[in-house]
Order: sequence, then C-alpha cells, then structure tokens
Amino acid sequence: MTMTENRQNTVIGTRQLRREDPALLTGEAKFTNDLNLPGALHLSILRSPHAHAKIVSIDTAAAKASPGVIAVYTGAELQSQWAGPMPCAWPVTPDMKNPPHFPLAASKVCYVGDGVVAVLATSESASRDALDLIDVEYKVLKAVVDVEEALSDANIIHEDLGTNKSYTWNLKIEATEGCVENAFQKAAFKVSERYVQQRLLPMAMEPRAVAAVPQPFGGDITLYSSTQIPHILKVMAALTLGIPEHQVRVVAPSVGGGFGSKLDVYAEELLCMALARMHNLPVRWVEERSENSMATIHGRGQVQYVELAADKSGKLTAVRVRIKADMGAYLQLVTPGVPILGAFLYAGVYDIPLAYDFSCDGIFTTLTPTDAYRGAGRPEATYAIECAMDALARQMKIDPLELRKRNFIQKEQFPYTAFSGLTYDSGDHLQAAEKAAGLADYVGIRTKQAKQNVAGAKKRLGIGMTSYFEMCGLAPSRVLASLDYGAGGWEAATVRILPTCKVQVVTGTSPHGQGHETSWAMIASEKLGIPQEDIDVLHSDTAISPLGLDTYGSRSLAVGGVAVAGACDKVIDKARLIAAHQLECSADDLEFAGGVFSVKGSPDRAVPMAAIAFAAFTAHNLPDGLEPNLEAQYSYDPPNFSWPFGTHMCVLEVDTETGKIEILKYVAVDDCGVQINPLIVDGQVHGGVIQGLAQALFEEAVYDSDGNLKTTTLAEYLVPAASDVPSITTAHTVTPSPTNQLGVKGIGEAGTIGAASTVINAIIDALSGLGVTEMPMPASPQTVWRAIQSAAQAK
Amino acid sequence: MKVSITVNGTRQEKDVEPRTLLVHFLRDRLQLTGTNIGCDTSSCGACTIHLDGEAVKSCTMLAAQADGGKVTTIEGLSKDGVMHPMQQAFMENHGLQCGYCTPGMVMASIGLLKENPNPTEEEVRLGLEGNLCRCTGYHNIVKSVLAAAKK
Repeated sequence: MTMTENRQNTVIGTRQLRREDPALLTGEAKFTNDLNLPGALHLSILRSPHAHAKIVSIDTAAAKASPGVIAVYTGAELQSQWAGPMPCAWPVTPDMKNPPHFPLAASKVCYVGDGVVAVLATSESASRDALDLIDVEYKVLKAVVDVEEALSDANIIHEDLGTNKSYTWNLKIEATEGCVENAFQKAAFKVSERYVQQRLLPMAMEPRAVAAVPQPFGGDITLYSSTQIPHILKVMAALTLGIPEHQVRVVAPSVGGGFGSKLDVYAEELLCMALARMHNLPVRWVEERSENSMATIHGRGQVQYVELAADKSGKLTAVRVRIKADMGAYLQLVTPGVPILGAFLYAGVYDIPLAYDFSCDGIFTTLTPTDAYRGAGRPEATYAIECAMDALARQMKIDPLELRKRNFIQKEQFPYTAFSGLTYDSGDHLQAAEKAAGLADYVGIRTKQAKQNVAGAKKRLGIGMTSYFEMCGLAPSRVLASLDYGAGGWEAATVRILPTCKVQVVTGTSPHGQGHETSWAMIASEKLGIPQEDIDVLHSDTAISPLGLDTYGSRSLAVGGVAVAGACDKVIDKARLIAAHQLECSADDLEFAGGVFSVKGSPDRAVPMAAIAFAAFTAHNLPDGLEPNLEAQYSYDPPNFSWPFGTHMCVLEVDTETGKIEILKYVAVDDCGVQINPLIVDGQVHGGVIQGLAQALFEEAVYDSDGNLKTTTLAEYLVPAASDVPSITTAHTVTPSPTNQLGVKGIGEAGTIGAASTVINAIIDALSGLGVTEMPMPASPQTVWRAIQSAAQAK
Repeated sequence: MKVSITVNGTRQEKDVEPRTLLVHFLRDRLQLTGTNIGCDTSSCGACTIHLDGEAVKSCTMLAAQADGGKVTTIEGLSKDGVMHPMQQAFMENHGLQCGYCTPGMVMASIGLLKENPNPTEEEVRLGLEGNLCRCTGYHNIVKSVLAAAKK
C-alpha cells in the first residue's frame, strides 16, 4: 500500500512554513563568504581580456612585490599540481573530442575570462590590486563567436583536435528504414522552423565563493564552496588533485541559488585547494558579479532546426531535428550532455509513430563554456516543439489548442512507451490543458481577440500556450549508463532515531533554496509518526552525509525524498522486530500507525516508538542477534525518470507602435504527482516561470564579433525586477507517479520549461494577423517593433 | 581614518581605510554578515540596510559617509527573539527560497512601507525594483509585503 492510499498523519500535502527561513531572515545563515577563517589568504585571478590568443609572456615581478602579496602563479607554474585535467563527466559519444582543460591556461586562452594568473595575498583588496601589476603579452587570434560559422573550421580553436566539432549525437528511430523521409514526402502539412536559444547567464544572486582549509598535519583538506554538488565535487577534486578521496571533505554552507550554475567542478575550487596545500594556510576566493558573468558557466546556446510532418487532420507523422549546440571553449562537467537531455522531448507530449530523427552537433566557440541551466536541454526542446506546433496550427488555420488535443497522448495510454523506448509514467494532458484554458478564459479571450485585433489596432491581444513534459528525477542508473553518463542516478538517505526518540535524517541531496529540510522532515514525520519538530535534517557536508549525488535535474524529491521514505521503512522494519520481542508476538501480527506498534485486533497491546528507541539504545533486551541502535541507510535507484507535465497559458497585449508587451495573465497548471508541501511547489513554479519568461522577454548574453561579453553586470544583463513581471496564477492536477512509494515527481524546472514558448507563442498569436510568424528571443520592444515593421514591408 | 557609527544600537568606533565601503565595514569589521553582496554595480540591492531610518544600498556609500549615523542591519531587526513583522510576513508567505537577496529585500520592504503604508500590488512591485531576486519570481515577495502592510 502506498502512502498516497494510506495517509496516517496527513502531514504530507499540507502547507508547512519552512524551517529554513528564520536563519535566512535574520542574517544568521552563513554563506561561504561569511565564514570567518583567521589567517586565510585571498585568491584573485587575472583573466584573459581576449577571446582567443596565444600567451607570449607573463611578467609577474611587480605583482609579487606589491604590498600584502604572498605569491603569484602562472598556469605553467601550477601545472605540476594537477593529476589530470578538469573533469567532463559526460562523454556522450565514444569519439567525442574533449580538449584538456586546466584551472589556469598555460599557453593559450580560449575565452574572455579564461584564468591566466593566480595571486595570493593577505587581503582581498591586496590580491585584487596586484592584478593590475601583471603584464601579459598576448598574440591575439581570431575569435570564433557564431556556432554555425565555427562548424566551417575556418579558425580552429583547439589545434590538436583538428576541428571545432566535439561530437555528433544521433537518435534516429524508424519503424521501417526511410519512414521519416517518407512521412515528410507524404505529409499533408509540413513545418520547417529555425529557432535560436540565446545564451543566458544563470545569475544566482550569490556569486560563487570558495574556501579551502588544510589540516596542518596528515594531509586532510576541507573545501567550503557555494556548490550544488558537494559529493560529486569531492570525488572529482580528489581525482583532479591526486588527493586520496578519504582525505577530502566538502561542505556546501548556505548556498544562494544555483539553477545549474553551481553544478560544476570549477577552476577556483581546485586552485584554492592546491594553493592551500602548497602554503599550508586557508585560501579563499569570492567572485565579483562581472567575473561571474564570464567565469561561471552560461546556459542554453543552441540553434535548432525543427521539422514536423502531419497528416490532413494535423496528426503528427514524423519529427526531424538538427541542433547546433554551443559548448563554449571547453567541456565543463556535463556540457556535452545538456542538449542530449532534451533529445527525447522534441515530440513533446504528443503521440507520434516510430518516425523520429534527431541529431546534435556539439561545437566549440571562443566563449564561456555552457553547461546545465535550469531545465538543461528540456526548455530548449519544449520551446521548439511547442512553437512549431503553433506554426503548424497557423498553416492549417486551426486553433492551436485544438491541434494539441488531436495529438495528445491520451490518459488511457499511460504508462506510455514512447518512440524512444522511454516509458512515461503517468499523465493527463487533456485535463491540464482544459484546466489552464478555463483559468485563462481561453474561449473568452478568442472572442475578445476577434473584436480587438482589427486592422490599425494599437494594442493587439494574444494568447499562447505550452503543454510540456518535464523528463526529470535524474535518474535510473542503467539509463544513465546507456547515455554514457559517468555516474549513477541513485540517492542515499540515513534515518537515525536517537535514544530520546528524536530523529536525524541525513540526505545526500544538497538544497540551495528548495526547502529540503522542511520537506524531508515532513516525509519522515508521516512515515515514522514522530512530530516534525523532533526531526532534524542534515545535509551538504560530506563528513556528515558521506553518500549522495546532490541536487540538480529536479531529482531531489523524486529520488532523494523517496530515499528518505525508504530509509524510514527500514528503521520501522527493525523497530517492528523489537516491538514484537517486547510484546511477545510475531512481527507479522503487528501494525504500525501514528508512531505506535500494536497487535492487530488488540490495540491495548501496544508499544510506542519512543520505548523502542530507548530499548534499541540500551540494548538490554533485544531479540537474539539484533544489532543495537535504530538506524538505517538506504540508497534508492529510481526505476524510471519522473514525468511531470502541465499546460501554461499567457494572455498579453502588444503595443504595435512601441513593441512593448504587457502580460495580462499567466496561468501555470502543473502536475507533479503527489505534493509534499504545496507552499514550496507553488514557489518553485513561480520562480521557474519568471526565469523562462525572462528568457522570452529580457535576457541575453550579448557578445561582439571579437568575443567580448557586453553584458557583464546586472546593469546590462536584464534579470527582471518585480516591476517587470506579473503575478502568476498557479493551479495543479494531481496524477501520482506509479513508480515510487510517495507518488511524487519533480517540480524544480517545470516553470522554466513551460514559460518561454508560452510567452513567445502569445506574442506571435497577437501579431499573426499582421503577418508576423517568428519572434526571436529576447522579444524586447525593439525586436517586436522590428518584426512588425518587416512583416508590414513583406506584405 | 576614524569613524563612529551606531550599528543596531551599539556605537562602533573604528579606524578604516578611506576607500572602505559601508557594506565591507559591516561585514568585515563588525562580522555582520547578514548583509550580502550580490553585484558590483549597485543593481541588486542584496546589501540594503537602513541608515538613519532610510533604506540605502550599503555598497553605494563609504563607511566614512555614515560617520555619526545610525545603521540598522538585518541582524538588528528582531526584538527579544521575535522577528520583525516584515520578517514574519516573508516566512508566512514563502517570500524567500535561497535567502541570499532576503536581508536586502526585507530592509527595502520595510523602507517601502514606511513611505507608503498601504501600497497597491503595483506600487510594491515598483517600490522593490532596486532589489533583485532570482528564486521566487517575486510573486510571494509581493504577497509578503502586502500582508505586512495589513498587519
């Protein structure tokens, strides 16, 4: 019996306020840069001002003589510190080309922001001041900025590779050979679209910060880092630095947002560790915002060619996709895998035959490396299919909601084995779409639109939608193996009932805003029948939580939360043996509810968990052979991805004279299965939607033709403010996942996955009567105005 | 140079380098690390504090400019272990996720209500445009401020 069927305490599903909040609201919480480390040296890094250049010479003499400076190192001088290059954990093809990438460049720089010289000084200001005294002579080479031009190999970035192409990854599924091409030849309707997923800066509000603290004897080292992945970082840092893994401890203190940008093994983490060991002193580094824009990974960066074939009713008959994915200058931790995470989603939520042809080229440019950014591949894929569906509806002159209804995978088809062989666990797309349509007043808006969008109208009304799947909950380890990913996808949890019946839940997830402490305590409370306030949740320190695979890919609840439930089950199983021993009955005769074991049919013969916890501790009278203590560790490897889904709709007006967009309503109907804490679910949707909406309307990492980033500060890169964005109407349907005992799915990326195409579809919907059929992102007023003008000229 | 600033009710006299920003004075000299730094262009508002009762970004001014003034930081808001109504409103309305922008957002929100005790949603959004949040999409921040106004 799953918990969804048998809610004993019904903690799950209630809007619990977050236990994380008081420390964060009062300034008590410590972020990495808040740690007080007496005697620490400060690291600053001189970064390349050129996108592509040979290092001819470096003169550090003046910097070394600068007040407070302890040491200055070039890349060549630190080369002996590295046991290997910085890691890329996802070699997506056997022949993928991966240039060696070290924390400092030794002979050549490949993007603006590439690290060149490390300065250690007694204070942050002294180390920064010394950067100005370093003289580097460069031989400047031609920048490679455009991902499609890069493919011509006219200027090769990594000479030893002989090409700018890292890999080609194919996913071609055909019922019979040639059936995709055949479907396009026979199609009643075809669309062929090109979309650009602009580069985005993740812009977590906390810039990255690192502190490495060596132990004076024995060689142990503790790394504090503003990271999403203390566990993965521990393994990778040990390997890269050649330190035995058991001597490395990684702690992620309070972390101020990540969105994927802190899902990486960064040069600064490795530099701080190496320099701390060399100098036998703590070494710390904190990123400035302008440094963050260049030295922290970027998101997106894809050119997409999408073709849909459909029969005369609009039913999809084939999907063909070609992606040019911008890797940037090097492959970071999962850079090459990001477009592959989207590869399975270009048919969206639609029932298509075995006629799918996907291919992606991963291509180097002389720009900051890209990597996972909220959604990682899935917002890009969802955008492409959902905008292409609207293009198909326009061509067919039918309503885009009607076209989707004709193609949805039907509720009765779940669990649904997709063309790709993946199984979609549960879903009801029609219900989500109809709920969204009701909340957005879809029919009413269409009526209003017909009246409002007449020739010459200054303000035109539009409504756009997206129906999405969020393939998440990374991930079944065997599936990851088939995708050549370098790790598993399990998650670990330990549940420990202390002698006084207080509980420690130890999780391998590493929250940075998601509220795991609150939600995991709710799960444990529900399972154990122990009040939430008696449960502590420990995380993000590899000395406390040695096993884990951290937080990304909307995996924490669907994998880590389920692991907590599984560990509770193991503790309950052990407690049951002690209860049976005390009550002198068979363990099978006991039932457990509300934190009490009782004999079935004789409720007065009962023993509470508190008595069992103390008995397990004293061990005076345990069943023969049973270990003392009540503790269980459980590692959960999910049998499937989780497949949250939903429909978003946006109603907006476009001012045709200024290009300005006013959002009148944004509706997000999301289904993430059973909700542990609806308060947190809604918060995740709000934030995700605004990040997706920001891609649609505001944000872009702009480069000039020499590879200089023009948007390096928050004054130039438009992270929206409260005044730029609307309130959001959230609603949910609840379709439990059948693949885990909690019935849960992920929710962290859903908003971002649904939002960008929803907004863009609404803008095009408003303007299609003027002949506008495409809308590049970000749809700034200038871009919208230009699209209106060029459509008018084309008429 | 010497500065004398009353911080959270305690007078602090310190020697500082003239170029010391107020935010660095608070964080590095007084260990009041609740005031965060999120940018280098005075764009994000994470470092918002109150100087003589007014919300200001503590990265935009030198410690020397606050000489003789009264500063309240996020650490100085709660009284006798009870959070300020604005802090409570943020908690009750899930107005924070990672919490990095939160101290500045709370200080700015208190400043906003001081100037406009009964704002509309639009006025709250406009009033907070100098403070950036990447987690919440602002929805619950706006809700928190409106709830605090009703208290």
